[in-house]
Amino acid sequence: MAKQIIDDAVMENVEILAKLALTEEEREKAKEKMQEMLDYVDKLNELDTEGIEPLAHTFSVGNVFREDVVTNNDDRDAMLANAPGCKEGQYQVPKTVQ
Amino acid sequence: MDLKDLSALNLARAIKRGEAGVKDAVKISLEQIKKADGTVHAFLETDEKKIYDRVKEVEAGIRSGKYTGPLAGVPVAVKDNICTAGRKTTCASRILENFVPTYDAEAVKKLEQAGMVIIGKTNMDEFAMGSTTETSAFGITRNPWNTNKVPGGSSGGSCAAVAAGEAFAALGSDTGGSIRQPSSYCGVTGMKPTYGTVSRYGLIAYASSLDQIGPVGKNVEDCAALLEVIAGYDPKDSTSVQRKDLNFTDALKKDLRGVKIGIPKEYLSEGLDEDVKKALVDAVQLMSQNGAIVEFFSLGLVDYVIPAYYIIASAEASSNLARFDGVKYGFRSKEFEGLHDMYKKTRAEGFGEEVKRRILLGSFVLSSGYYDAYYLKALKVKAMIKKAFDDAFVKYDMILAPAAPSTAPEVGSSLQDPLKMYLSDVYTAGVNLAGLPAISVPCGKDRNGMPIGLQFIGDCFQEKKILQASYAYEQIRGEFPMAYKKEGK
Repeated sequence: MAKQIIDDAVMENVEILAKLALTEEEREKAKEKMQEMLDYVDKLNELDTEGIEPLAHTFSVGNVFREDVVTNNDDRDAMLANAPGCKEGQYQVPKTVQ
Repeated sequence: MDLKDLSALNLARAIKRGEAGVKDAVKISLEQIKKADGTVHAFLETDEKKIYDRVKEVEAGIRSGKYTGPLAGVPVAVKDNICTAGRKTTCASRILENFVPTYDAEAVKKLEQAGMVIIGKTNMDEFAMGSTTETSAFGITRNPWNTNKVPGGSSGGSCAAVAAGEAFAALGSDTGGSIRQPSSYCGVTGMKPTYGTVSRYGLIAYASSLDQIGPVGKNVEDCAALLEVIAGYDPKDSTSVQRKDLNFTDALKKDLRGVKIGIPKEYLSEGLDEDVKKALVDAVQLMSQNGAIVEFFSLGLVDYVIPAYYIIASAEASSNLARFDGVKYGFRSKEFEGLHDMYKKTRAEGFGEEVKRRILLGSFVLSSGYYDAYYLKALKVKAMIKKAFDDAFVKYDMILAPAAPSTAPEVGSSLQDPLKMYLSDVYTAGVNLAGLPAISVPCGKDRNGMPIGLQFIGDCFQEKKILQASYAYEQIRGEFPMAYKKEGK
């Protein structure tokens, strides 16, 4: 595989996905460090992984299901106390629909 | 004997016999925190009122027979990424600066049920991302052996607290070595259990497929007892494993005869500090003299552990940390235009540099067009690494390794070169990728008097084997005093 170059376009896309607003200075540094990291992890391409099943979970476990029954208490007020903004028992966010 | 110098189990025994009160035990910890923590800064929070309220509860519980466990009455510290109801849990991050959980982590609930007293919440690398406890948003922790050195990380606060005599035991979390490496740097004993042994419910996630909560203590016996307290199946954690052999303290026998130990040749090659190597060799000799059968072998794939680990951990982190959006928890940027701008600015201001770096890398390796080349590739390599360990455990009861390539580095020397810092996880991160249990036990000191940790790695669910061997080694090794004894404090 060709060497992956982290340019401004890639960085811009990553920032959107990561939901991070970086300053110009931070972006330059992040770009440099990410390039360094990707150059390093390219090492994995030395390994032939043809036919190997990706291992997401160490043990072969399946989904765990339970009945859809509420077991916790009503902690609404305590939970809302952690929010930077709340109104009438709900989270308050900036206007999202114009 | 001074109560302060007792192990957690012996302290609980003294309390049970009525030779010491729970209050006395707590006072020792709080006094030591007052004395040492101005410099060490292992704690982010200690709330004396809550602690003394709890002391009364525990005293009554011990009297009434509610708390009969072997650690009842013992002051324990808890890493600040483990939720404590009604007590701030910050992950050492600005973004959670004022977060007060409404519920206890399952592991915390088990500490309470065992009659232990939570003495405080310990400092850590922000969201457990780091190897030095220098990425904390609330100031660094210093190594009690030498305060110019880091305590390691990310559970640096928990390990420093035990080393400084500020807590008799602690909980940490280990994603790539975050219990074992700081245990090594601080001269304490720390264990990462098999994945799924301790519930992750209430552990604020970094990399869910790798994270495990584990014990930190003054010795192997305390770690085994504390693990016994916190282990167990929990339906609230879908990766929790139902296992029956949780009586870990039963395994503590001073017997190494016939134990087959393999040491990966690769671990002794370049990058390993001479003093650490010598300590390892000395320990091996001691164990051989006592009946262990030690062999060198090629584990393979060692150079691929860190690349695979960082891709997987960062990918999972980028997903897990998406929940910090300025809506549900404490911090929100002051100035923004609209919802998306609020997300982006809140996260940019709330997260520290290392956390942002990993979120960016994780977002990239999961993004469309790169997923297969990076993330999927790393998961395939993870399968190969797991297989390499599986093959080793056909031949050996356990693997012996250093916990880290060197002793604790100087404060301020690690963060400029993140890649170099990441490489210090080379002996520990593979264990997380394969889901294995491992314990780090002090085995000596380097030329500057800094402690060195010896790591026993077991096959999945074989905690008892490594507990027995590390306990036996510890008995042969003799006493290894805590840092505060050295200081004469």
